[in-house]
Amino acid sequence: MQKEEFTITVYTENHIGLLVRIATMFSRRKINIESLNTSPSEAEGIHRFTIVINEFEEVVRKLARQIEKQVEVLKAYYNTNDEIIWQELALYKVSTDEIAEKVKVERLLREHGARAVVIRKDYTIFETSGHREETDKLVEVLAPYGLIEFVRSARVAIIKASHGFHEKLREFEEAQPGEEQIENEFLDKQSEVFTM
Amino acid sequence: METLAAVQETTATKKTQTISGSQAVLEAFIAEGVDTIFGYPGGAIMPIYDALYDYHDKLKHILVRHEQGGIHAGQGYARTSGKCGVVFATSGPGATNLVTGLADAMIDSTPLVCITGQVYAHLLGTDAFQEIDVINITTPVTKWNYQITDATEIPAVLAKAFYIAKSGRPGPVLIDITKNAQLQQFDYEGYQPCTHIRSYRPKPIIRKEYIAAAAELINKAEKPFVIFGQGVILGKAEKEFKAFVEKTGIPAAWTILGLSALPSDHPLNVGMLGMHGNYGPNVLTNDCDVLIAVGMRFDDRVTGRLDKYAKQAKIIHLDIDPSEIDKNVKATVGVWGDCKETLPMLTKLVESKVYPQWVNRFREYQLEEEKEVIHEELNPSTDILTMGEVIRNLNELTGGNAVIVTDVGQHQMVACRYAKFNQSKSNVTSGGLGTMGFALPAAIGAKFGAPERTVVAIIGDGGVQMTIQELGTVMQSEVNIKILILNNEFLGMVRQWQQLFHDKRYSFVDIASPDYVAVAKAYKIEGQKISLREHLRDALTTMLNHNGSYLLEVMVGKENNVFPMVPQGCSVSEIRLK
Repeated sequence: MQKEEFTITVYTENHIGLLVRIATMFSRRKINIESLNTSPSEAEGIHRFTIVINEFEEVVRKLARQIEKQVEVLKAYYNTNDEIIWQELALYKVSTDEIAEKVKVERLLREHGARAVVIRKDYTIFETSGHREETDKLVEVLAPYGLIEFVRSARVAIIKASHGFHEKLREFEEAQPGEEQIENEFLDKQSEVFTM
Repeated sequence: METLAAVQETTATKKTQTISGSQAVLEAFIAEGVDTIFGYPGGAIMPIYDALYDYHDKLKHILVRHEQGGIHAGQGYARTSGKCGVVFATSGPGATNLVTGLADAMIDSTPLVCITGQVYAHLLGTDAFQEIDVINITTPVTKWNYQITDATEIPAVLAKAFYIAKSGRPGPVLIDITKNAQLQQFDYEGYQPCTHIRSYRPKPIIRKEYIAAAAELINKAEKPFVIFGQGVILGKAEKEFKAFVEKTGIPAAWTILGLSALPSDHPLNVGMLGMHGNYGPNVLTNDCDVLIAVGMRFDDRVTGRLDKYAKQAKIIHLDIDPSEIDKNVKATVGVWGDCKETLPMLTKLVESKVYPQWVNRFREYQLEEEKEVIHEELNPSTDILTMGEVIRNLNELTGGNAVIVTDVGQHQMVACRYAKFNQSKSNVTSGGLGTMGFALPAAIGAKFGAPERTVVAIIGDGGVQMTIQELGTVMQSEVNIKILILNNEFLGMVRQWQQLFHDKRYSFVDIASPDYVAVAKAYKIEGQKISLREHLRDALTTMLNHNGSYLLEVMVGKENNVFPMVPQGCSVSEIRLK
């Protein structure tokens, strides 16, 4: 078994202190968070954490359970890169003089799907989004032309198989939770194991 | 004083009242059935203490000598009463002093609601006097925590706090209340207990197919073995557990926190698991064909080396906390649910059986352990007193009816191995965290939680010196506890490891003791010290019969070791008898 990139998606209440509570789940186990994003979700009032780590599947599964156990967490999913669509946003600041002089730069930017966000006399800011290799590539390309500043956002990801959280949330709000809400996928698999 | 709840009932016309945040806290306590609070006042919690002045006939407050003592007392109270312990502390150092107790309650699943005072909201983050970020400090050691800066939040947040602390797998909750919120007057509309939080699922729906799968495994088993933990006690499922064990005829062994859930003399109770547990249960863990774990979490002190733990067995794991299933030991069938509900379902499906040969194997190992270890420990052939014979005499005098509170170390292992229990919620100890200094304050709380019972705190000479200040609480609250110090003039457990694994290099384990009897006397607590066998029985009798708290110091063998022992890193079947 090998370590692999996993994206953990956590649906939570919007509660002060929850970020620390979730972050300590990782730091306590000495797991480095590669990327962490918090944002609203499709369901009103529900927050969504997108966390990327490099770990063994078994560790990730246990972690997801520990995260889900937290009082203000509704649900935690974990997925491999095959199971999600993801993007990261990157901003690049370059000298306007440099790129104005060199036509080649403009072509390179177009090739990498970058667009100008700000153009000033002294500098221009380009923006692009994509997978890490793609945004990294543009850094490499721009470096010879005097890249002044570079920043990349955390990953945001959509789970391919997900039907969203609206339905689930309705169930969570019920005093008597339904089967769906307490789904227990790791136990479900055990019918295969159970033989004697 | 009439409580506000009562006032509201009589004046039905008046729906709301203006009260302070502090009063709202105490009203919540009364509505939740709280009767005892352990605490220590200070600047940032003064408004609550001011309100408490008017509630003294409804809420008993025990003034401790240190906040750690307060929270351990709250734990002791919760463990013997089955209710939620309640603790007050002020901001800053008051709050940080709670951390050890919170961690202890977290790992041992003890329901607690701790209220800390906090500086005024406008001072938060300014390094104000006695300001500390208690929420972030306590996040990893609480089931839930929350800071209140506005009094209107108090009723709902406290309702949530009690609900979270007590439901599901219980745990400690800390509520930090800024001083302005304690003082703030607001329109109080009464207290609504919390019964549902959408993001929190204390009780799963029980999946019948897993019960059926578990029953099938049990019915086909030839050498089944039950191991149980505190989940049975926390789930108040002692009766259900006993019924299950008796119908299936399966031998059952306990973890240190499961102790007392099944009476010691029950014919199917085969003893203790783990590092200093009994011989049979450890060895036969690696021989059974179906291992049924009930309300326990496969701690490393129980399992020893994991990759050599019960590898031959199918494993059924009943637990209320889904994150425990498959965490350390992979379950063949995980039964997620409250064992109060799952055990009867399982009992219904299993066949009534007996396993005379299999049970007899436990007895054989027990006889060997008796011969090699137990007999000499309980009936020593030398003049030197052993911890075991003290416990044996105590058993004979209490008849197994006492609550035994232990600290951490050799005496704890000996007490848990040899103390007899007839009823549940009788064993109070720091299991998961191993907190030295736990026993004295926890015994105070244990007595308030079970006032009609005899409470004996068994403590080593190391642990007692960690929280000895709580003798002041014993004195002032006039609580009746029996303090039994087993003094071997060493930090015995560390010394044992140094002897066995560090070539007898006794590094800083030689600990001096004060004159405990004189210390007790200074606190107006009677006591005596003995070192001869002929005085033991009388001294224990005097202690138990004394009207009020009593301290008995027994000088025991300096270099006695606790055996059997599963050395760290070894498999449970590699348990050593010497």
